[in-house]
Amino acid sequence: MSLEVFLLLAAALFSVGVYGALSQQSIVMLMMGLELMLNGITVAAAAFWYFIGPGAPSDQVVVVVAVVAMAVEMAVGFAVTTAIFRARDVDMTDMAADLKE
Amino acid sequence: MGAVAFWVLAVAAVACAVTVFVVDSMARATFALLASFLFGAGEIILLGLDYLGVVIVVMMIMEMVIMAVFMVMYMMNPAGLMPMSMVHNQRGSLLTAGTVFASLAAGIFLVPWPARGPHRPADPTFDLGKSLMGPHMLTMMLLGVTLFATMVVTVVLASQQGRYDRLGDDLKGKAR
Amino acid sequence: MVESASLWAVLAVLPLLGGAAVVAVCADRALAARAAGQPYGPRTIAAGVGSDTARLLVGQRRTTLAPDRLLWRLGLIAVPTAAVLAAAVIPFGRWAVDDLGVGVVWFNGMEIATWAALWAAGWGPNSVLSLVGGYRMVAQGLAYELPHMFALIGAATAAGSLQVGTIVAHQRHLWFAVWMPVGFVVYLLSVLGFSFTGPFDQPAGVDVAGGVFAEVAGPDRLILAAGRWLLLTAGAAMAVPLFLGGGLGPVLPAWAWSTVKTFAVLGVLVGVRRSVPTVRLERWMPVAWTVLIPLTIAQDLIAALVAVSR
Repeated sequence: MSLEVFLLLAAALFSVGVYGALSQQSIVMLMMGLELMLNGITVAAAAFWYFIGPGAPSDQVVVVVAVVAMAVEMAVGFAVTTAIFRARDVDMTDMAADLKE
Repeated sequence: MGAVAFWVLAVAAVACAVTVFVVDSMARATFALLASFLFGAGEIILLGLDYLGVVIVVMMIMEMVIMAVFMVMYMMNPAGLMPMSMVHNQRGSLLTAGTVFASLAAGIFLVPWPARGPHRPADPTFDLGKSLMGPHMLTMMLLGVTLFATMVVTVVLASQQGRYDRLGDDLKGKAR
Repeated sequence: MVESASLWAVLAVLPLLGGAAVVAVCADRALAARAAGQPYGPRTIAAGVGSDTARLLVGQRRTTLAPDRLLWRLGLIAVPTAAVLAAAVIPFGRWAVDDLGVGVVWFNGMEIATWAALWAAGWGPNSVLSLVGGYRMVAQGLAYELPHMFALIGAATAAGSLQVGTIVAHQRHLWFAVWMPVGFVVYLLSVLGFSFTGPFDQPAGVDVAGGVFAEVAGPDRLILAAGRWLLLTAGAAMAVPLFLGGGLGPVLPAWAWSTVKTFAVLGVLVGVRRSVPTVRLERWMPVAWTVLIPLTIAQDLIAALVAVSR
């Protein structure tokens, strides 16, 4: 086990998340991609804590922040989906494209 | 032992992550994501961060169960009994994801990481608590306020629209 | 105080937990038989439990149209597995399989795993009534979970540790149940909640033809029912180190005290299960959120003040 392989795992999880966030039409599936990206970040932060920071707790705080970010992202995401769905029966990003205007 | 555990967990985590976007059934996609998180938490426990690993397990099970509820609620085809494609711009996404991975991997192997060597404090959980209640108090307070704001925002967004919608222009209508 | 046993102790968890669960099942049936005016001698009850188990073991598994077999099976198996894993941190007298430094959080995590397990078990058979049961478990989880967490936090705060062994050691002079009665009662309520038993059996309610039980038969049903009783037993056993001083007590050895206290808690829970009618979720939710959460937070404040002043 070394820092590099842990970071490689984190990068792989992050990249899968990037693919999901970019390719999925459904808002809920898109959020799964975002969550996977944050999963990679938690693994990377834990690896930095173990291999580089000499036991400093700051990396642990990053993990806590990432976990909270996931919870917030999911809650707001579902609330927005619910609002859009209520307003116009839509749950896909493409159909909400006119929101940018 | 540690290395074997690392590789088993790592391969499983990435495989489950890919599965999320492969399966047709939304319930299975959610549980695949949950499995990916659990394997990731396993890696974190492997590094000695027991508390954070178990907290991720707790959080993710709750989140994914709630996510499954919303998935089934909003997807046209939650059980995947009628497979259909729900993707756009797949080639571009694959290309972007590949580029991201390649550049991250290049960075990982090119950066000369400081070699401090593995280090484990006696009680990382205690360290975390002490720093959150000490030097990182601001972070903790911000997280708290953010979570509270999230609760308010989600309730506002998800509840029926404003009072004029519910009660009519004169606000005298019957609540519906 | 509490020491982590070697790995062989894992093998002892299932017989110990299972044995206690079987006793609880027998007590439950005896209470039911007595209420119905039928004979409830020990031999009658034991024969009844034995024949029911055998019938389920050799029974046919039910199949439904287009089920999600993978999630169904995983959900069913996860229920007893979560109970056994949760029991790994519970000290039996002086021994625990692994007295983790984060034992309380571990227990909490395994108990939450039953939400996912029951939802999957309800989703799997592609049947409306099962799915309703699964959804009810999620709603029930959201109702009991926060008061439950605050009750656990109360015990952990008072001891200044998430380690179950340390929590036991801090009750040398006074049980936490004595000066944290709110946390103790809320904890017992949530045990009934996560083992979907007694007043909180809506996920398996009779009004939805058994809910998560609706489409399981044969060995599947045995696994789910066993998991439910194992969860109840594990919850009762965990109440002992958290609030009742674990293996501490005069004269008798520690393991005997653990056993006696566990059966006492289990007896109370089975009694409640038999005597209190089902509470509807939409009535329970406001009580949990507007009454129990503030009460348990106030309890935690007291625990924190005691811990600080010590």
